[in-house]
Amino acid sequence: MAMLSGVSLTNEKSYMVGKFARLALKTANLDYNGRLCMVSAGAGNKKAFGLDRSSNSWEDLKHAEVILIAGANVSETFPTLIHYIWEARDHGAKLIVVDPRVTPIARTADIFLPVRPGTDSALFGAMLKVLADNDWLDHEFIEKHTSGFEDTLDAVKDYTLEWAEEITGVPAHRILEAATLWGKAATSFLMHARGIEHHTKGVDNVLGCINLVLATGRIGKPYCGYGTITGQGNGQGGREHGHKCDQLPGNRDITNPEHRQYIAKVWGVEEKEIPGKGLSAFEIIDAIHRDEIKGLISICFNPLVSLPNSNYVRAALEKLEYFVAIDFFLSETAHHADIVMAGSLHEEEEGTVTTAEGRVVRIRAAVTPPGKARKDSDIIMELAKRLGAEDKFTYADSEAVFNELRVASKGGTADYYGITYKKIEDNMGIFWPCPTEDHPGTPRLWEDFQFKTPDGKAHFNPVPYRESAEVPDEQFPVRLTTGRVVSQYLSGTQTRRIGKLVDQSPYPQLEIHPELAAKYGITTGDLVRVHTRRPRLNSRLWLWKPFVPTPYSYPITGAEKWRLTSSPTVRSTPFPKFPNLKPPLVS
Amino acid sequence: MPDNTSGEPMEFFIDMQRCIGCNACEMACAECETNGQESMIHIHYVDRPFSVQTTVQVCMHCEEPACANVCPADAITLGADGIVHTAKTSHCIGCSNCVLACPFGVPKKSDTKELMMKCNMCYDRTSVGKKPMCATVCPSQALYFGTRTEIAEKRPNSIPVNHFGFGNENVKTKVNIMMPKGYSFLKVK
Ligand code: SF4
Ligand code: SF4
Repeated sequence: MAMLSGVSLTNEKSYMVGKFARLALKTANLDYNGRLCMVSAGAGNKKAFGLDRSSNSWEDLKHAEVILIAGANVSETFPTLIHYIWEARDHGAKLIVVDPRVTPIARTADIFLPVRPGTDSALFGAMLKVLADNDWLDHEFIEKHTSGFEDTLDAVKDYTLEWAEEITGVPAHRILEAATLWGKAATSFLMHARGIEHHTKGVDNVLGCINLVLATGRIGKPYCGYGTITGQGNGQGGREHGHKCDQLPGNRDITNPEHRQYIAKVWGVEEKEIPGKGLSAFEIIDAIHRDEIKGLISICFNPLVSLPNSNYVRAALEKLEYFVAIDFFLSETAHHADIVMAGSLHEEEEGTVTTAEGRVVRIRAAVTPPGKARKDSDIIMELAKRLGAEDKFTYADSEAVFNELRVASKGGTADYYGITYKKIEDNMGIFWPCPTEDHPGTPRLWEDFQFKTPDGKAHFNPVPYRESAEVPDEQFPVRLTTGRVVSQYLSGTQTRRIGKLVDQSPYPQLEIHPELAAKYGITTGDLVRVHTRRPRLNSRLWLWKPFVPTPYSYPITGAEKWRLTSSPTVRSTPFPKFPNLKPPLVS
Repeated sequence: MPDNTSGEPMEFFIDMQRCIGCNACEMACAECETNGQESMIHIHYVDRPFSVQTTVQVCMHCEEPACANVCPADAITLGADGIVHTAKTSHCIGCSNCVLACPFGVPKKSDTKELMMKCNMCYDRTSVGKKPMCATVCPSQALYFGTRTEIAEKRPNSIPVNHFGFGNENVKTKVNIMMPKGYSFLKVK
């Protein structure tokens, strides 16, 4: 048996699913769709800081001198963040954007660094070297509060600007300009998202960014911050409370005996009744193919659309002996289920979510589930009852679930114990960690410079540059990267039902630089077929000059913006099991 | 409750530089349903293959509205408060004169409804001190509805401009476009 879950669930539902899979289904194999999303960021953050949360409230962003955004098409994927960025810029902040494409926010940047897909860590390495060469370093901070600086510097000692230009395609003088702006600033905020994280070396890219922040000591102070931008409705809270294959509530480790003991006590079971570490999302699909998993329950996850290689996923779903899908609409995945249970939308149940800033906020039930649809939590409780675990799922309402979650998270790194519904209400949300009821919460982390790593220091991590899992060759000479459109959300289960949103981007589009298009003799509106090492894609073409601002040197970048289609690759990294979504190659 | 209690009148300020093309304004306008699911604000790419720059078009509410001046049916009226109202359904004959006359390209003729349709700055809302729908959702605040004092405080580097030149014609509008400091006139070529 296995279960798949999703990060658009509220904190309460995420917590319930984690407990349900372990105690009612009695399976270790529970994982979530965040596996396709932010795990690289989470892993990088844990390595460097021992904690996975944006370091600051975005209020700090409004007063930063320099803002660096890497691999984040925030205008299409997080429009509400733009307001903070513009407010900072109205007061003189400078904006640096790293992206292979001129996204709408990149268009307005003071310095735009158009990297070749997959070369981000070379750029960050060269910037770090500029900081060191010019002594734009915070020696006191590095000395007292960090470790690993020497080795990290050593790893970039040969990364000259010229070398970086060669690798990344960004002109050396622009890299220098950006590093100078970053180096000389008194306050700064760095943010990144899937653009640098969706790689087999996503963790390298994340650590490359963190190294720039640590070298200048601009963290834990007013207007100095760092954070990854979450993807889903509850991208932050949904990865903290135990519906990941290796996690227990409060961001606890399922392999840690003390953590297991504690949660066993909260759940009123023996420690050995909690299964160990299970398979990750894609491994579950593999295990279905190997006949090791025969039954599956999914909630809030549309793997047929969001996991790479939809043919492979479809075959797995068809192979299952028993498949139950809980979803609010009949998604592509739910079509393959033996039983579909009509669940609830965000707007149909009370609860909390944790924002990209780490702020826990309330979600309200505005409407009740229509017809025979039921609240997700009711469905889970009913299933638990039928599986003989009724006594573990006796919640009167979402607040009762939250109160149990508070206790379960107590003492963990994501400590919610001091957060109550009332406090959230009275304070426009509360930032975790919040260990006691009289604690105000923590909008800005690390003000005491006590990091959550074993030695209490922030860790620099050496990032020697390595090539992407695939590099252009004769057979596949063109890089393909993926992007999102503003009108579609996640796998589109909700947004592809709304006519006006569909009208905005009715089909997947391939965007390509005019010079490359000329080479292939194709133009805007043509139907093109793209061959990759994976299944081929059919798409309409858009000429798209803003890809490569120095088009004469390497007009080989192509990009695909798809609403939905079979996704290109299935290669996984050993850690953190992230498939190589960017950048596959095409011919 | 009105959105402004200072007594200073609220005005519309539009900064196209800030627009990120998210289309939230179009959705909000359409969802409000005053215009039957059609958006009266229009977002367009200037030249998509070459730039992601978008333009934002609402009715500028001209002091001497060309649309009203050319309307043979007296369907379009200018209110005392400077709002140029959308064509009265009882009067509009669907001749499209206004569509051709407007220098900003605002009115659209609905073929199904045989009627001119354009933005009336959410008259039902703004006349009672509320902000237009689009301005309440714009995440970049490219669409800002508020007082002159507020905009001066919030945008120290730019200035509202409501004087436009189209060839030899000068047009003054109720709606302002934000320009870099130092400008007071926008010549449209
Ligand atoms: S902008 Fe066009 S539609 Fe609006 S008042 Fe002026 S002429 Fe009329
Ligand atoms: S809501 Fe604002 S940013 Fe979005 S398209 Fe409209 S004007 Fe532009």
